[in-house]
Order: sequence, then C-alpha cells, then structure tokens
Amino acid sequence: MDVMDRIRQQVEDNPVVIFMKGTPQFPMCGFSSRAVEALKRCEQEFGYVNVIADQEVMQNLPRFADWPTFPQVYIDGELIGGCDITLEMFESGELKKMVDAAHAKRAAS
Amino acid sequence: MTMQETITRKLDERFAPEHLEVVNESHMHNVPPGSESHFKVTVVSEAFRDQKLIARHRLVNQALADELAGGIHALALHTLDPDQWFERAGKVADSPPCMGGDGGKA
Repeated sequence: MDVMDRIRQQVEDNPVVIFMKGTPQFPMCGFSSRAVEALKRCEQEFGYVNVIADQEVMQNLPRFADWPTFPQVYIDGELIGGCDITLEMFESGELKKMVDAAHAKRAAS
Repeated sequence: MTMQETITRKLDERFAPEHLEVVNESHMHNVPPGSESHFKVTVVSEAFRDQKLIARHRLVNQALADELAGGIHALALHTLDPDQWFERAGKVADSPPCMGGDGGKA
C-alpha cells in the first residue's frame, strides 16, 4: 500500500490517533511525551504510529495535512494540531470533549 | 544573520506583533553547543483574533516554511491575540526537555 494510503487508513480507522516519536509507553521526544499524556488523560482508547519506527511515514506525514512537525494528533479524521495545541485544548477541556464525541460517533455508526 | 534573527525578522514583518519572543532552547537538547535547532516562539498579534489555534499555527508555519524545511528541528509555538496575552499576564507554558529521540524533525 502507498504510504499516503497507509497514513489515511490510520487517520480514518481510528477515532483518535497520534503520530509520535516513540510509543505511549516509551516516548522518545518531550513534545510527543506531553501530547500523548494529554490523550491518556482523556481516558479513551487511541491509536498511535511511532514515526521513528516507520521512516516512510515520518518523511511523508508532513505533506499529508501540510503540517511540518511531530507529533500530530488526529481526531475524527481531522488534524487538530501538534503538542502545543493538544495541551492547550486539554487544559480548556475541549480535547476531552472532542475525543468523547469522536468515540460516540464511532460507536453509533 | 543567525536563525534566531531570521525567525524574529520574518515574524515581525508578517504579524506586526504586539509582543514577540523567540527563544533558542537548543541547549535543552542533545545538540552541540551554539546550535540553533530548537526554538520557542511566542507571538501576540491582532492577526490571530477569532482564529482557531490550528489556523494560527498554520500561519506561523507558513511564515517560517523555509526555516522549518531546513534548520529548525523543533518549534514550540504560542500564538495569542492581545486580549489573551493580557488575561494570561504574559505567561506561556514551558517547553518539554529533550528525550533523545532525534530520529528526524520534531
């Protein structure tokens, strides 16, 4: 499968997915670590892609949604942003609402 | 011109900011002394008013597209309009420490 199709599949198959450096258990970048911690605290399942283990995704993800940096968080098929945005939305309560809504939508379909 | 100066000049021209802070945080990471790889940028501008966070960050990413394509490894970004800046009393979050995962662009 083409790398852009692989990325698209991850984004579409998961209500919530983070493309990060390392894994949720062992993040390898401070920015990825913080973003994934915010997702964990939303207390819903989420998918992840370790871009360090998949160089093809690392090289091509920036042009997928025209976003140059990692991590990238997608909710309900849409890029919400990187670390700073994810944290800011977590602190305002918006992130949990979006995560919950994406799961509810998926459960209903 | 250093990377820090280039970033400052481009953001200043693009956003006419009320407040602009470009901090070189490379020393917090596993890079040689004097590196210009990791930056924290705070931009306070009317240009951000009524814009969603992702739209604000896209504007900054576009303004710094050349630098992000070559040179900048990580960019912590805080984009506020003047009212938000006032409400927060000029405070933004600290950047995270490095965890060694320099497998590519942050």
